[in-house]
Amino acid sequence: MDAGRVWELLEQVSDPEIPVISVVDLGIVRDVQVTGPSSCAVTITPTYSGCPAMQVIADAVQSALRDAGIRQVDIITRLSPAWTTDWMSTSGKAKLKGYGIAPPAQSVIDISGLRSPRTAPAAPFDALRAGVARGAVPAPQVVCPHCGSSHTEITSQFGSTPCKALYKCLDCREPFDYFKCH
Amino acid sequence: MDNKVNYLLRLGDNAMVLSQRLCELCGKGPALEEDMALSNVSLDLLGQTRMWYTYAAELEGQGRDEDKLAYLRDAHDFKNVLLVEQPNGNYAHTLVRQFFFDTWHYFLIGSLTRSSDPRIAEIAEKSLKEVTYHLRRSGDLIVRLGDGTETSKRFTQTAVDELWMYTGEVFNYDAVDEAMVAEGVAPASAALREQWLSHVSDILGEATLSMPPSDAWMQKGGKQGRHSEHLGYLLAEMQFLQRAYPGSEW
Repeated sequence: MDAGRVWELLEQVSDPEIPVISVVDLGIVRDVQVTGPSSCAVTITPTYSGCPAMQVIADAVQSALRDAGIRQVDIITRLSPAWTTDWMSTSGKAKLKGYGIAPPAQSVIDISGLRSPRTAPAAPFDALRAGVARGAVPAPQVVCPHCGSSHTEITSQFGSTPCKALYKCLDCREPFDYFKCH
Repeated sequence: MDNKVNYLLRLGDNAMVLSQRLCELCGKGPALEEDMALSNVSLDLLGQTRMWYTYAAELEGQGRDEDKLAYLRDAHDFKNVLLVEQPNGNYAHTLVRQFFFDTWHYFLIGSLTRSSDPRIAEIAEKSLKEVTYHLRRSGDLIVRLGDGTETSKRFTQTAVDELWMYTGEVFNYDAVDEAMVAEGVAPASAALREQWLSHVSDILGEATLSMPPSDAWMQKGGKQGRHSEHLGYLLAEMQFLQRAYPGSEW
């Protein structure tokens, strides 16, 4: 067994809420280590802190690898660096669109300037203030996954899962989910 | 109790009690969008609670876990500030409470990403994007309600005035907080308060609401376990199952 084989197996594990994409497409799997002849360690990172799908995903990874004959599977949860939709694969974004969910449209909430160097707890308050100034963040150009129009409008900042917002298309009039930039 | 365990419990209790308050509105929000927003914010806070509690339980080393900390402590063991246990009231109360909390939480979590404790920094980094989204939303709503109709303005101003006395406690540092500042774990009170006042003043100004005086008399006691009677009712509902059927699991 090699790590490549484990990655292949993980590509078959789908996200419980959005079954067309795999946990690898989502960027949740951060590392795979083969630790013995029939054992491996898989490092995953949570999408949102409270995402109820995380436990289901960890269980699905366990059982997929066990079913393939790997006896010992350790799941390691890593928080840092924090998950971002930038890690979603290009094919994952295409699959989302095909499924009727608009993929993340722009770069993520940039917290890189806030993160390092880790010297003192005094925060770079200017960067923080800019992050929540009114109107500082332009609305993303969200393209309708049904008709391709960018003439769309937000209905609700939150949707059916923590990772989505609700939009509607002003051309084809269809409502749709938008996978938020994170 | 160890200072850091105490500090972590304060972080966790703030997030958990507010999370529980918000989920009381699940299915009862004034509009479908608001209903979903409150539940999602609640869920984010619950996820953060689990990370704080898990770390606190590990450091404490007394065999407790996140569930025991949530379900098997009494009101006087909870260390959340009084602001988060205030009832939902009318929707202006819910939103103003959220806005006051989100502003503090955002600058605190942003500062904690640079904590000298790597685990705390990691949890803060994970939470920061969520907390950013929360504050953008609650700030926008305060402006819409304050600078809205005569009625929405009146309700929002009343909520600001009524909740104001609960906003000072987070900056009122005791020996536990000061020990964390000295170790480089937590940010100093003065800098945090300055940011909070400045952002709240910006948003209230844009919302055409008046800001109560910053030197007003403030409530305190929650961090030391002295709570309003509201917390007992909240815990009674939340803890009922574990109290009635100890150890039961899904």
